[in-house]
Amino acid sequence: MTVSAVPSRYDCVVIGAGHNGLVCAATLARAGRSVLVLEAGNQVGGAAVTREFAPGFRVSAGAHLLHLVPAQLLRELQLESHGLKWAARGMGTTALVPGGANLSLSHDGTVLGPSAADAQAYSIFRARMRRFAAALAPALSRSPPRLGTSEWADRLALLRVGWEIRRLGRRDMRELLRIGGMNVHDLLEENFESEALKGALGFDAVLGANFGPRSPGTVLTLLYRLAGESAAGDSGLSQPTGGMGALCNALAEAASAAGATVRTGATVATIVVDGDRAAGVVLQSGESIGARTVISSADPKTTFLRLLGSRHLDAGFVRRVSHIRSRGLAAKLHLALNRAPSFSGAGKASLRGRLLISPSLQHIELAYNHAKYGEFSSAPIMEVTVPTINDPTLAPTGQHVLSAIVQYAPYELKEGWQSGRHRFMETALEALEAYAPGLRSCVVGEELLTPVDLEHEFRTSGGHWHHGDLAFDQFLMVRPVPGAAQYRTPVDRLFLCGAGCHPGGGVMGVAGRNAARQVLTVDLKSA
Amino acid sequence: MTQSLAPHFKQPLLKTPFHERARALSQVDSFIPWAGYTTVDVFTTMEQEYFAIRNATTLYDLTPMVKYRVAGPDALPYLNRLVTRDIEKLGPDRVTYCVWCNDAGHLIDDGTVFRFGASEYRICTAERQIDWLLDSAIGFDVEVAEVTEHIAALAVQGPTSCAVLKALGLQGVEKIKPFEIGYFALGPHRLTVSRTGFTGDLGYELWMEPGSAEAVWDALMEAGRSRGIRAIGSQALNVARIEAGFLLPNVDFVSAEHTIRTGRDRSPLELGLGWLVDFHKGHFTGRRALLNEKIQGPRRQLVGLDIAGNKPAHNSLLYTDDGGKREVGSVTSAIWSPTCKRNIALAIVDAPHFRMGSTVWAEIYLNRELVWERRMSRAQVVERPFFAPERRRMTPPAEF
Repeated sequence: MTVSAVPSRYDCVVIGAGHNGLVCAATLARAGRSVLVLEAGNQVGGAAVTREFAPGFRVSAGAHLLHLVPAQLLRELQLESHGLKWAARGMGTTALVPGGANLSLSHDGTVLGPSAADAQAYSIFRARMRRFAAALAPALSRSPPRLGTSEWADRLALLRVGWEIRRLGRRDMRELLRIGGMNVHDLLEENFESEALKGALGFDAVLGANFGPRSPGTVLTLLYRLAGESAAGDSGLSQPTGGMGALCNALAEAASAAGATVRTGATVATIVVDGDRAAGVVLQSGESIGARTVISSADPKTTFLRLLGSRHLDAGFVRRVSHIRSRGLAAKLHLALNRAPSFSGAGKASLRGRLLISPSLQHIELAYNHAKYGEFSSAPIMEVTVPTINDPTLAPTGQHVLSAIVQYAPYELKEGWQSGRHRFMETALEALEAYAPGLRSCVVGEELLTPVDLEHEFRTSGGHWHHGDLAFDQFLMVRPVPGAAQYRTPVDRLFLCGAGCHPGGGVMGVAGRNAARQVLTVDLKSA
Repeated sequence: MTQSLAPHFKQPLLKTPFHERARALSQVDSFIPWAGYTTVDVFTTMEQEYFAIRNATTLYDLTPMVKYRVAGPDALPYLNRLVTRDIEKLGPDRVTYCVWCNDAGHLIDDGTVFRFGASEYRICTAERQIDWLLDSAIGFDVEVAEVTEHIAALAVQGPTSCAVLKALGLQGVEKIKPFEIGYFALGPHRLTVSRTGFTGDLGYELWMEPGSAEAVWDALMEAGRSRGIRAIGSQALNVARIEAGFLLPNVDFVSAEHTIRTGRDRSPLELGLGWLVDFHKGHFTGRRALLNEKIQGPRRQLVGLDIAGNKPAHNSLLYTDDGGKREVGSVTSAIWSPTCKRNIALAIVDAPHFRMGSTVWAEIYLNRELVWERRMSRAQVVERPFFAPERRRMTPPAEF
């Protein structure tokens, strides 16, 4: 990073060096803006970070798999030349079943394990869902249209969504409209007989969401995930060498190479407003930094209610922001293991992919029931990875790391996480032990991040890793709220670029890129 | 107060602490609901009560007026973000008339903000709106609570009102300036007196604990006996407020929180209340929208009309011509003004016809022994208020 001739006033100050903040910064710097990125943590990455959790053991502390970053974005920012390497691409999924009669789903669409009828149904189902996803994908890549305007760009964008759906043909369009509002439980029950297959497919509809498979709108959340993957180029689940932090290190390199300055350990306390326009930031240290444009990758509640303050905003807008549903339900479990774990019925090859503990839709629904009443699941669902199989650099030689997303762990646990933490860890370990006998005996270090911990470590309201539920009423032109859905905010020259914006969370980077484009467009119009 | 604890399904309308006194004086048994209370519409005749407002002293029970207590370290910034006026300029023990808007700059309500001492405020308003006030409190260290039923209120209005209050024993009440607050003791009863009102005349509003209500009423009636004191209902007050050019919610505008149809919301600029909007005080809810509207210019405006003839233009549509071809607005409030001897109205008129001095035509329907007649009357846009006597501002007020 070159620090020569640091200007005291920047064209753009980006709050937060998560992947979206860095993509935004890199894009703006490449367009010739002077850019400063301010990160509160001691390293870049936000929730896409690799850090040590036990002596000698490192893990992707937040998200642990990549599948949503558009290939085009990776190329555009030349991340591979800035150090991004892949430990694994196109990773498969193994659905663990008690007794070890597991299913395996590969990236290319083959499924091993279920009945011949289910295998055939799966191939039809997968192809259809991918067609739907491809039709919806363009809407994910672009800035969402505004409603109720007379501008052609907005009308055209809406028309384009309609056109893409119409282009599916009559039968597919009818099917998409039929299933669009359904719950994923009913959809999967219509198509399959294998509990394990339904459980595995239903898992992706509720991962990171405040939903069970019978919740309304879960087909849409599944389609949304698939559309994101489609927009990213369908390269499947990937694992960067060095963990998720490696992606953000490469992004930071790309941003710096384009001329941006990235400062860590610089916590923004307030966004400065002068004459109803954003004019810079003040750090917790008291240092103030002037900027023509301020772009926040922090979640909308943090940005508007804490950094900006409601006195700069209208009351109705503040009401909408405070009503964003952003209470996390996913916890993260990290285990340091002195040998490779062994899951019943799962060969060494399956450890290269992800393992799901989600044996049936009923199992997910029961796990979710607890969360509705402020309890954690007594039989949680999990997405398990053993990143050291693909990338031994993360642990001492011959030893391993297990990283799992564990649901459901409500942010507002009735008994409080003080006492709940230990019991939930015990519950999660018991659940793992059932599928991997002997696992507990090889644990040499452990860490559980509850949503409260995630909120603290990643500075996201409610510890929600999508910065707000991905749900029908928080998608597209109403994400994060009407009045701020096009990366612009009611305050002139203040923009949002985080996962709280369209198209949302998951390590995607699209919000950061779209926000940067919006900044450039506004600059052009006001020039 | 225990009234609200009464099973509401058995008693849909509450009684104010003055109810027994009002009931005793009511000659025509004309009561109307107001904000959850039963209140008097007319005691004797509207005319008799109206002329008491302009010639003597009147008592009007305004307990149902909704009141919110606002206190806490952020009370001032909270209020300044809520209302369009600069509350920083409101001194201790003073009152100011305000409006507040939604994000679109459309009026949610109007009312008065009282400042008691250094840091306690009260909002008095026509409609209940605790949800909006609490949503507005997000991010502010402030307490907002409804105190309507903890405070009994009585308007003492009319040219002899100051003399009556002095006779009551409120020493120094004549020194209270318009929009100022004074504190008094009447035997064991504590009275807060503000020089405010809804009549556009000399007058005061008395605020007290509900337990003091009947004793204060009796003492006022006694003190005012020689000065023609009289209890009045809402009908007479309505005539006085139209003469004073004051707006009535749900008559002259509908709260933006209640409108359903688009275009029925009103901004303060449209209601002729642009003088209440301070664009220089910092941000307030609706500021960005109002600034935009100011630049574009309002599309319609509420104005005063002076109408030919003597038939009030109730609910009249307004036209550019006496042929009634092009509609440009409608009347919201209309009376024959007994004091001005003019046929006056408040009306919403489209641009550019709301300009001072413009002529429009009011379509007035007259019911003559069950036969309807239509009359087109010439109307001119005139200044408000229609009636503004010097005595309303004079300090000390003249003796009567």
